[in-house]
Amino acid sequence: MLLDNLLSIIIFIPLIAAAILGLFLRGNDEAAQTNAKYVALAATIASLLASLFLLAGFDPDDTGFQFVEEGTWILGLTYKLGVDGISVLFILLTTFLMPITILACWEVKDRVKEYMIAFLVLETLMLGVFCALDLVLFYLFFEGGLIPMFLIIGIWGGANRIYAAFKFFLYTFFGSVLMLVAMVAMYVDAGTSDIAALLNHNFGSDTMEVLGVQILGGMQTLLWLAFFASFAVKMPMWPVHTWLPDAHVQAPTAGSVVLAAILLKLGGYGFLRFNLPMFPIASEILADFVLWLSAIAIVYTSLVALMQEDMKKLIAYSSVAHMGYVTAGIFAANQQGVDGAIFQMLSHGFISGALFLCVGVIYDRMHTREIDAYGGLVNRMPAYAAVFMLFTMANVGLPGTSGFVGEFLTLMGIFQANTWVAAVAATGVILSAAYALWLYRRVVMGDLIKESLKSITDMTTREKSIFAPLIVMTILLGVYPSLVTDVIGPSVADLLSGYQTAVSDFHATSQVADAGGH
Amino acid sequence: METIILFAPLIGALICGFGWRWIGEVAAQWTATGLLFLAGLLSWVIFLSFDPFAHENGSYTVQVLRWIESGSLATDWAIRMDRLTATMLIVITTVSALVHLYSFGYMAHDDNFNEETESYRPRFFAYLSFFTFAMLMLVTADNLVQMFFGWEGVGLASYLLIGFYFRKPSANAAAIKAFVVNRVGDFGFALGIFALFFMVDSINFSDIFAAAPELAEAEITFLWTSWPAIELICFLLFVGAMGKSAQFLLHTWLPDAMEGPTPVSALIHAATMVTAGVFLVCRMSPLMEYADWTQSFIVWIGLITAFFAATVGLVQNDIKRVIAYSTCSQLGYMFVAAGVGVYSVAMFHLLTHAFFKAMLFLGAGSVIHGMHHEQDMRNYGGLKDKLPYTFWAMMIGTLAITGVGIPLLYIGFPVGFAGFVSKDAIIESAYAGGTSASFVAFWALVVAALMTSFYSWRLMFLTFYGEPRGDHHTHEHAHESPMTMLAPLGVLALGAVFAGMIWYKPFFGDHAKVEKFFGIPSAHAEAKAEDHAALAMLGAAFAQESHGEGAAATSEDHGATAEESHGDDAAASHEDQSGPMPGQGAIYMAPDNHVLDGAHHAPVWVKISPFIAMLLGFLTAYQFYIRRPDLPGRLAESQPILYQFLLNKWYVDEIYDFLFVNPAKWLGAFLWKKGDGATIDGGLNGLAMGVVPFFTRLAGRAQSGYVFTYAFAMVLGILVLVTWMTLAGGN
Repeated sequence: MLLDNLLSIIIFIPLIAAAILGLFLRGNDEAAQTNAKYVALAATIASLLASLFLLAGFDPDDTGFQFVEEGTWILGLTYKLGVDGISVLFILLTTFLMPITILACWEVKDRVKEYMIAFLVLETLMLGVFCALDLVLFYLFFEGGLIPMFLIIGIWGGANRIYAAFKFFLYTFFGSVLMLVAMVAMYVDAGTSDIAALLNHNFGSDTMEVLGVQILGGMQTLLWLAFFASFAVKMPMWPVHTWLPDAHVQAPTAGSVVLAAILLKLGGYGFLRFNLPMFPIASEILADFVLWLSAIAIVYTSLVALMQEDMKKLIAYSSVAHMGYVTAGIFAANQQGVDGAIFQMLSHGFISGALFLCVGVIYDRMHTREIDAYGGLVNRMPAYAAVFMLFTMANVGLPGTSGFVGEFLTLMGIFQANTWVAAVAATGVILSAAYALWLYRRVVMGDLIKESLKSITDMTTREKSIFAPLIVMTILLGVYPSLVTDVIGPSVADLLSGYQTAVSDFHATSQVADAGGH
Repeated sequence: METIILFAPLIGALICGFGWRWIGEVAAQWTATGLLFLAGLLSWVIFLSFDPFAHENGSYTVQVLRWIESGSLATDWAIRMDRLTATMLIVITTVSALVHLYSFGYMAHDDNFNEETESYRPRFFAYLSFFTFAMLMLVTADNLVQMFFGWEGVGLASYLLIGFYFRKPSANAAAIKAFVVNRVGDFGFALGIFALFFMVDSINFSDIFAAAPELAEAEITFLWTSWPAIELICFLLFVGAMGKSAQFLLHTWLPDAMEGPTPVSALIHAATMVTAGVFLVCRMSPLMEYADWTQSFIVWIGLITAFFAATVGLVQNDIKRVIAYSTCSQLGYMFVAAGVGVYSVAMFHLLTHAFFKAMLFLGAGSVIHGMHHEQDMRNYGGLKDKLPYTFWAMMIGTLAITGVGIPLLYIGFPVGFAGFVSKDAIIESAYAGGTSASFVAFWALVVAALMTSFYSWRLMFLTFYGEPRGDHHTHEHAHESPMTMLAPLGVLALGAVFAGMIWYKPFFGDHAKVEKFFGIPSAHAEAKAEDHAALAMLGAAFAQESHGEGAAATSEDHGATAEESHGDDAAASHEDQSGPMPGQGAIYMAPDNHVLDGAHHAPVWVKISPFIAMLLGFLTAYQFYIRRPDLPGRLAESQPILYQFLLNKWYVDEIYDFLFVNPAKWLGAFLWKKGDGATIDGGLNGLAMGVVPFFTRLAGRAQSGYVFTYAFAMVLGILVLVTWMTLAGGN
């Protein structure tokens, strides 16, 4: 049956296309470049179409894993894939955005074949992360994704690309090493690397003493921290976010799009797949810590965004702030918080991707990201001004766009968990309006005075067609968010009921222990 | 029918925004205007035929689409129709349709744009129609999130329209300021919604209202301490209202918003959007009735705004700014009414104000249009004969806002212009409010009425009387506006003259009439008897007062009596649930709320005080600007500090720059350079920073092709790690 291997098909179509390009495409002339681009576009679209079958066949009310594939692999490892309500839409997000990404680098002239291969491999690896149901497989996909991204920044990036590429790599790699250690420990403890089995495994939560320090939540807390290190860098959370602005600034437009729209979501997905359900006690203990880090991230990076002079840096900082809502929503650990976090991740995928594309449009024309180099673009680029306005408003969370639903639900969830954090985080809605509108004003509004801009042209048909699907999704999800919440709702509810049971059991036993002690 | 009203403007907006390329500019504009007139017509049909008692709880709901659903949170796109909605519908669609029509003339030529290449007209109409759609969403919402959609949607439209002249830096700055200051209010609004959901587990109006009595008993932990839930929720929601309705502290954006084209000022910044806050408080009346502390806070903010804005309005020279501050001040009146618990009166003034203020703005627009976009009143003068129709329209508007009428005459309704009826209703209600806040409000509003009269007549005298001042050329070419601009003025004039007299009874008649109009089921006989008892007590208090010697002494008396009766009734109402429940009817007045009746029994001196204030204001203005035009300048010279203080709007903008804007910028720069740069990159992650340059140096020598080598090394490394892990784990 074709459908039995649907996930593998979706994942490996891009990789096969990459292999074909690598092995069979020769030469670097115009024709070869065009062929490379068309092959990549065809492969990403094929993957998108295949993923639509996935969506059609997915049953939201079944909270277990669906489309499961299992087989043995080299070295006695297990190859296991599957999706549930939490992961399935991330697959759709990835397959949806990749054709757009490929179209966005249509004008690239340098090493086109390799560029396409890098993106195709990256797509396979990202899809793999969302599907993997085995620790080792997950780790392979998760870490593997670093390499093509590292190459994309390091080879096709801006002037200071080597610095940015290494910073990106070292930050994320450092986190991953800790995660690897934790995975080994989990394997030893549970005797399996099957994620579905691990989700049902109770990791020890008795207080431990390590090097003279009492650790509440014991083993769970240690494992939680190890995973947290990896995912927090990936998100990225304050204060380990500084690699992101540098990476974005140096990355080519398409690289920025993938980085912001999909790669950042790996961290949030990791929290939902590992930290929250596998280590509920530790999550409960450390929830306030994460909530506060998120609140700080939102205010801090929003303030920093206010003062940026580089458009991409500004949007990068804004991304960090928006990811703050995600982490806080997840660890608020209630239906609105987690629903909102997933929604926010999906929505941010469209919006931040579109915003980086907006920067790309004018960067391609003027070759500068300096805000001061622009002004009054609306005079010559009305279509661009309209598109940029729409995504600016989506970015500040205007109701009716998808950005609102995510922010609103997460904040609603956070409020139930911690009103202080909710109040601090909600100031983000004021600050985001300030930095986003100020950026828009400096770039688009005003009279067109600068001589260099006098001959700038509006968006081409290709550029408009890149934005069209993003516009549709942003508004569609803003007006009818049930498209998403219907799919994720049951799985999230299931996750949370397991979480609540574990937490209340823990409190019950610790109370009994306390009573016994007295 | 409701759905058509709601979506006709959206369709108009889309046609004007995008469709004009195919059907042409003019056709698109007429389509949008036509759709608005259709919506307006249907709104009047609904308003006039609406019978609240035909529906359960005086309201019905039309489902449109599911919206945000998550766990126990379930919200829909839906239309809630009750008397409040119906009233807002006629205000919005009527003014909006007229403003659309007016804009044909006003926007016909604009020096800010290139007529040949820039199609600014359909864009303008698209924004106007979109605004109308968002505003309708706001008032038809059946839950707080949809209301928030409309709330922010009108904010967007306002932002776009204030910044319509996108080449002007001042317009861009004003647009951003409006949006961001409104967001400060929305911050409070959103927290209020969250708190409400936290307590009630729903944000649909019907559920919230039903839960109001329980909510009144509940406590909520918010930030550092525990609060009475209902006070906190109402307070947070009111913060939202303060932003949207430009109340003191969050008012700074409204005067700057006058950067937008004048039809926008009439529609958005006078008649509709800025009244959304008042609407919110009235909509939330079932909650507000239990939140005594918040209610007095609303009264305080309202009275301060009414007074503050009136003082600033005295000295402004820009014709639009005078009217803007006047709007701000009138909104304060409405909040005082809502705060003392007479929501119907707040809505009454909202309705009449929409007519006469829109008319004043459109009249001012006509003057500006005729004077080639000159807005400084110091350059006007003697325009009475040049712009006769505009003059008469403005005159009617001025008579309405200053409150001209015949005091104490009642022939089934009071006789006077719209503002006379509704403003006096507010002032009498403030007097009857029975709290210290409402007592201060009474005097503040009377003084504000005097100032209102002064600055309104000042505007009239400076513009239409005296000798022409300023540029000769402009005065010679001053011309009356075209019919498309004058016709809307005529329609609004009808409203400004008659609205007060026609709708006096349903909004400010006796209790039974108001209840019938808003669909509130009448209380049982028992409760009524109780009411009468309490009323008798109040009446006695008023009788005493009217004979009292000093105002201060009587106020104590009055306060004490009112408090007692309040206390008694509150106790009684808990035992006896026979009165209307919260959520029955469009507004809710608690059984112990007797302000409406108290206002009718206000002593004569109270009833004529606003009239006297109006006369004094008129006479002073006459003295200053007709008989002795040298007086204002001399007064300004002799009181430089006061004059500068008022001219600079109490320096609120400067204080905010000092307190918020500059520190935010400084902090942003500090966190960026010192936080991200020095501390995180330099210190906390010093390791990474130590390692990165090392690798960069290595790589710097290599060609970028060598990056592949590093990548390959990484792959190897990962494979080694994984292999080791598998083997180690396998054992």
